[in-house]
Amino acid sequence: MRMNGAQMLCQSLINEGVEVVFGYPGGAILPLYDVLPQYPQLRHILVRHEQGAAHAADGYARATGKAGVCFATSGPGACNLVTGIASAHLDSSPVIAITAQVARHFIGKDAFQEIDIIGITVPITKHNYQVSRVEDMAKVFKEAFHIATTGRPGPVLIDVPRDVFTDEAAFAYPARVNLAGYCPTVQGHPLQIKKAARLINEAKRPAIIAGRGVIISKAYQELKELAEKAQVPVVTTFLGISCFPESHVLSFGMLGVHGMAYANLAVDAADLIIAIGMRFDDRATAKVSGFAPHAQIIHIDIDPAEIGKNLKVSVPIVGDIKNVLQSLNKQIEGSGDRGQGSEDCQLPTGDCRLGWIRQIEEWRREHPSTVIRETEQLLPQYVIQKIHQVTAGRATIVTGVGQHQMWSAQHYCYDKPNSLISSGGLGTMGFELPAAVGAKVGLPDDCVWCVAGDGGFQMTVQELATIVQDDIAVKIAILNNGYLGMVRQWQEMFYGRRYVATPLSGPDFVKLAEAYGLPALRVRSKAEVIPAIQQAMDHPGPFLIDFVVEPEENVYPMVAPGAAITEMIESPVEKVEFGSKPRDISNL
Amino acid sequence: MATTKHTIVVLVEDRPGVLNRVVSLFRRRGFNIESLAVGHSETPGLSRMIIVVDGATTAVEQVRKQLDKLIEVVKVTDISEDNLVARELALIKVESGPSTRSEIMQITDIFRANILDVASDSIVIEVTGDDDKVGSLIELLRGFGIIELARTGRIAMTRGTIGPLLKQGISKQRKSNGQRVADSR
Repeated sequence: MRMNGAQMLCQSLINEGVEVVFGYPGGAILPLYDVLPQYPQLRHILVRHEQGAAHAADGYARATGKAGVCFATSGPGACNLVTGIASAHLDSSPVIAITAQVARHFIGKDAFQEIDIIGITVPITKHNYQVSRVEDMAKVFKEAFHIATTGRPGPVLIDVPRDVFTDEAAFAYPARVNLAGYCPTVQGHPLQIKKAARLINEAKRPAIIAGRGVIISKAYQELKELAEKAQVPVVTTFLGISCFPESHVLSFGMLGVHGMAYANLAVDAADLIIAIGMRFDDRATAKVSGFAPHAQIIHIDIDPAEIGKNLKVSVPIVGDIKNVLQSLNKQIEGSGDRGQGSEDCQLPTGDCRLGWIRQIEEWRREHPSTVIRETEQLLPQYVIQKIHQVTAGRATIVTGVGQHQMWSAQHYCYDKPNSLISSGGLGTMGFELPAAVGAKVGLPDDCVWCVAGDGGFQMTVQELATIVQDDIAVKIAILNNGYLGMVRQWQEMFYGRRYVATPLSGPDFVKLAEAYGLPALRVRSKAEVIPAIQQAMDHPGPFLIDFVVEPEENVYPMVAPGAAITEMIESPVEKVEFGSKPRDISNL
Repeated sequence: MATTKHTIVVLVEDRPGVLNRVVSLFRRRGFNIESLAVGHSETPGLSRMIIVVDGATTAVEQVRKQLDKLIEVVKVTDISEDNLVARELALIKVESGPSTRSEIMQITDIFRANILDVASDSIVIEVTGDDDKVGSLIELLRGFGIIELARTGRIAMTRGTIGPLLKQGISKQRKSNGQRVADSR
């Protein structure tokens, strides 16, 4: 069938199952927009800045596991995608970014709105393409979606010169790809898996560190089976949050620089680390030379380059997490009589793992980490706890970057798989609102809460218009402390309280929301919190709450830069009795 | 010194921008390139890059793995020092007048190098050999005054019947049984 390049592009998207595109038109991409009405299956959502399109595609991809697609025109349009593409790249999110380019005869001439977006995005994409002939269009799209969504996922950019959109040729969508240089390893090596199983079966103080790879691979069940069968405590990285139910008796929260003290202590004392779909990022390990000093390390990841990059490992396993864990679990000796509340539960080595788990539980009691002080002031952590309470933990939380992000990680209990969406690797402020748009469009039946700080929110605030125009029912909670809070915290702790450029005035967010046509509330006291959240939930459309919170609240625990993971600065607050009922571990 | 040098053979698809991807990777990961040579391979559509990195300053295993992640990189092999033949070519333009010309020509002969051009005040010499040989000749000629120097960087391949690298799986990399032929200097 003969088509022009723009039609081929749309048909390729449809063939790949794409239903929605986030984009912003412009000169060079006009031929593509012109054919969009011929493809009503493709819903186009107009953002207010191309950065928002990339984050929305990213949020959509993270929420659904499918590729998220964004459009931008040449030059500035393409450049504005860069932050969003980089965020997706560092967090392994399958985004397909489509940019228009000036016509072929203008390329290299510094034409109006010409930029070398291929050169710019080489370091921040898994791969990128310039479609130099219309005949290549179908093949490029087939390859791009394959590359973006398989192996370790990542963004792929496709740059299309304006005149390629209008050239015509026969269209046939290829059934398969043929890429000599791309073949991700899915199955783990049997010998390494056997070695890993032996180490797990013999370990006295094993700990699992689970990362976003578990979520990407949807290996929730497999991870749970491993943890339960072998009775291994589970901690997660920041991006691993919600890969394992946090209320599970074997869950010990997030580790790292702002991790739970007991998670860090567990990793420090462990004799075996089972690292699953994570990459020993410096926010997780703190000082890497002091990380897990007593442990042998099993590292399972689909990206061979991550293994041995930051840390020496004893057993490397390259493969898809789900696949590897399925094979591994078969070789794990079941707990059998290992638990049942008896102290003399036996491991093959004659040791008791229950004692180890009790030890971590003891640390949890000594260092509660998520307990907040009793006060009449409105604490930001309190807001997060109440969002959890009112949504019954069923919301998908999308955050920006900074203090509110860490509080969202610490004070919401993530039991629902894949329920936290946040920019972990790049740490992109302004991610929250457009990413929440993408998540809500991808999961229309889910309750999506965008948790923002008053700083980051102002970076992409214009997407409020997108939300209103397309009636995207995102609930927005701004934790408004009048500071760039995380930077202020660093200034307080490490720069002698010199608050340079961190006090921040903002607009009246309630009036601003109303100006955009969105209902909003301001909350200043604890008593108003639950009713406000409830009102937002009851409202069918989007809703914004401006929580005016304690300005100088800090995120604890915290590991200072350059310090080891165990050198935590804990909340200066008096230790309080562990609030909720200590968890019953008797029937482990 | 030779023990820390790694010769990495990278088979890549012959497409625009591939060199940029490889070089960009080295730059952004802080890997140092000692030399790099690119040309067509035995298979149409594929080029072979020979990259020399110093293992003392660069994590060679990471180089190999990161290169392998590039979609257009078909195969990466780190060939060990003792199992390869390696050559580089250099063109050296040396100052020479009537008093020094014969001495330079003698040195050129000893190194089995060729003289490509003789002018009244200079000679262009072509030398092929391993890094040491080329380096030694350059050092000897320095005394006469080197006007211009161009080196290709190392190209290399394994000895014996291992290659062609593309057609064999990584697992099939066996030790060469080929007789070692003495390097002719």
